[in-house]
Amino acid sequence: MPADGFEQPKRAEDVVTPLDGVHGTFLDGVPDDTGTAAIEGYVEAARKPEGFRAETWRRLKRNRLAIVGLCIIAVFAVLGIAEEIAYVTGIGSGEPGSGYLAPYDPNAVNYTLSPQGKGSPPSWSHPFGTDYLGRDILSRTLVATRISMLVGIIAVAIALTIGLILGPISGYYGGWLGAVIMRAADIFFAFPYILFVLLFMTVLGPGLWNVFIAIGVLGWATYARLNRGSVLSVKAMEFVEAARALGASDLRVIFRHVLPNTMAPIYVAVAMGIGGAIVTEAALSFLGIGIQPPDASWGKMIADYLSYMWAGSWWMVTFPSIFLTVTVFGFISFGNGLRDATDPKLKE
Amino acid sequence: MPNRTLEVKDLSTHFFTQAGVVKAVNGVSFGVDSCKTLCIVGESGSGKTVAALSLMRLVPDPPGKIVAGSIMLGERDLRALSDAEMRRVRGNDIALIFQDPMTSLNPVVKVGKQVAESIVMHQGKDKAEALRMAIELLDRVGIPDAAARANQYPFEFSGGMRQRVMIAMAISCNPDVLIADEPTTALDVTIQAQIMDVIRDLQTTCNSCVIFITHDLAVVAEIADDVMVMYGGRTVEYGGVDEIFYNPHHPYTWGLLGSLPRLDCKTRLTPIAGQPPNLITLPRGCPFSMRCKYVRRECRDQWPELEIVGPDHGVNCWIPVDERRQLRAELDYITSVCVSDVIT
Repeated sequence: MPADGFEQPKRAEDVVTPLDGVHGTFLDGVPDDTGTAAIEGYVEAARKPEGFRAETWRRLKRNRLAIVGLCIIAVFAVLGIAEEIAYVTGIGSGEPGSGYLAPYDPNAVNYTLSPQGKGSPPSWSHPFGTDYLGRDILSRTLVATRISMLVGIIAVAIALTIGLILGPISGYYGGWLGAVIMRAADIFFAFPYILFVLLFMTVLGPGLWNVFIAIGVLGWATYARLNRGSVLSVKAMEFVEAARALGASDLRVIFRHVLPNTMAPIYVAVAMGIGGAIVTEAALSFLGIGIQPPDASWGKMIADYLSYMWAGSWWMVTFPSIFLTVTVFGFISFGNGLRDATDPKLKE
Repeated sequence: MPNRTLEVKDLSTHFFTQAGVVKAVNGVSFGVDSCKTLCIVGESGSGKTVAALSLMRLVPDPPGKIVAGSIMLGERDLRALSDAEMRRVRGNDIALIFQDPMTSLNPVVKVGKQVAESIVMHQGKDKAEALRMAIELLDRVGIPDAAARANQYPFEFSGGMRQRVMIAMAISCNPDVLIADEPTTALDVTIQAQIMDVIRDLQTTCNSCVIFITHDLAVVAEIADDVMVMYGGRTVEYGGVDEIFYNPHHPYTWGLLGSLPRLDCKTRLTPIAGQPPNLITLPRGCPFSMRCKYVRRECRDQWPELEIVGPDHGVNCWIPVDERRQLRAELDYITSVCVSDVIT
């Protein structure tokens, strides 16, 4: 309701242009890269400041290694999801809860394919070869993708949940509560990580879910400490005070106003963390306390097959190692790219 | 005066820091009636903002603490409320408009949702209904195409538009008291005029009382009904806007008025000599005594009693009334003449 004689300003930045479809997609941070929409999007971008996501994506796109990493993640994510669906619905085995999506049953023993107990080298029917029990390495490697992706995602999700509850609380309240949380995080950092996980696994006993829990519970400190720093700087900003002035409760301020503004470094840490969790699972399985036989995970396969490499059966350990390395490389290079893309110091 | 919307008595807010006790607000009293505007004037560090935050009990604790005084909102003493009750007062009965619109909106929440948030919190409306009301509010504060704008993020808004959003948030629950903490300082002059129009407009439709904190005397002349001049955490003078501009009694008020720029006469601006006081080492007496040209012995030793010099016009100063009149007459050529131009 304007006062008498005062017209609303019609400056460019205050007027919404009628480029509705394009407008919508662009605001959602996913620029449309096709045809005229791209041109209109470009015009739009030139006139208004970019959103965080749009800008990050634009900068990320120029980092080739990060895009390679993203593609690797996408491939393995699709593979992992397909394996999970197959596992749950029972494709392959015909029995829900033990299905697989692979040319052969990954756990089917066939001694004819393993003369002298040394497996058989890659061939047209078994491109990655077979192991000492005559099991198809390709099938085992593919099925193991499911375990590795699950570990990566669930373990990090557990760590993230704990970290993003304790971190913001520690940062926002500070004082003795914040100090106690951070000293607890220090304790978790003080122990060599793998030894701590080993200890935890010994207490919990082997098994897939215990791997999730061990890696997840022990990983919270990274996220909590990382987040606490951001919370400390965000909580001093005026909009936090403004939210409190509107009568928002502490929890509302922390989780609706502060936390969403501290997520950029967390995304990077998550991308790296998933790679790290996959490696940790591999290490646990390598040491014999992770995934239990006959189930396959990349780390388990490497552990089982390593000794056969000295006997000349190089193919057994090679392919799971490549899968593991490539996946972790994908997560880490994407995480690195994401960090560069969100780093304000590297802005052009 | 009974039944004022907001009545503050002897409010003292101190900050207990390692360097010492910062007496940011030191026994300040004021009141506002509905539909009236009180301007709190003073230089940086005079305690204006802390006084406002104290009203909402938003002073960061630790180190800050309201050490004395009462804050009566209608019948309720805000100092006696529990934290949960106080949360219901904030945003609902007393709302605050912040100084810098660029940093006062959450950058990752859509504007409509931010305005709707306090409606959801205080009025128990569901989200869709609150959003609809938020769009209405945005329209009311003069944001064109409010429905589309509500779906945008703050970075897509200019400073003036953001301040309108802040105002929409503040008035979303029809507060009894609207505190505006230098709402136009970060804006340029044309936008400032528009924002003032919006605030004035809303005041008449909402029956709110407005506490307007500023150091801009031109703004005061335009908007105020009453004026309170603060210095060093104390009220040095209060009164109706005309009284303060035409009949100022405190040397600090003279100084403020004397430092106003004018377009028509080519006299140099008269700054107030010296620096604002260190709030930790305030003198026992008048905080302005360190800079006052007319300082006398009692000024340094004791804080003067409130002296009523006119209808609803009070001053805390040791200089006797007659002497003040005389001193002011000597300054007249820079104060009252200049000020009349500002007002008209």
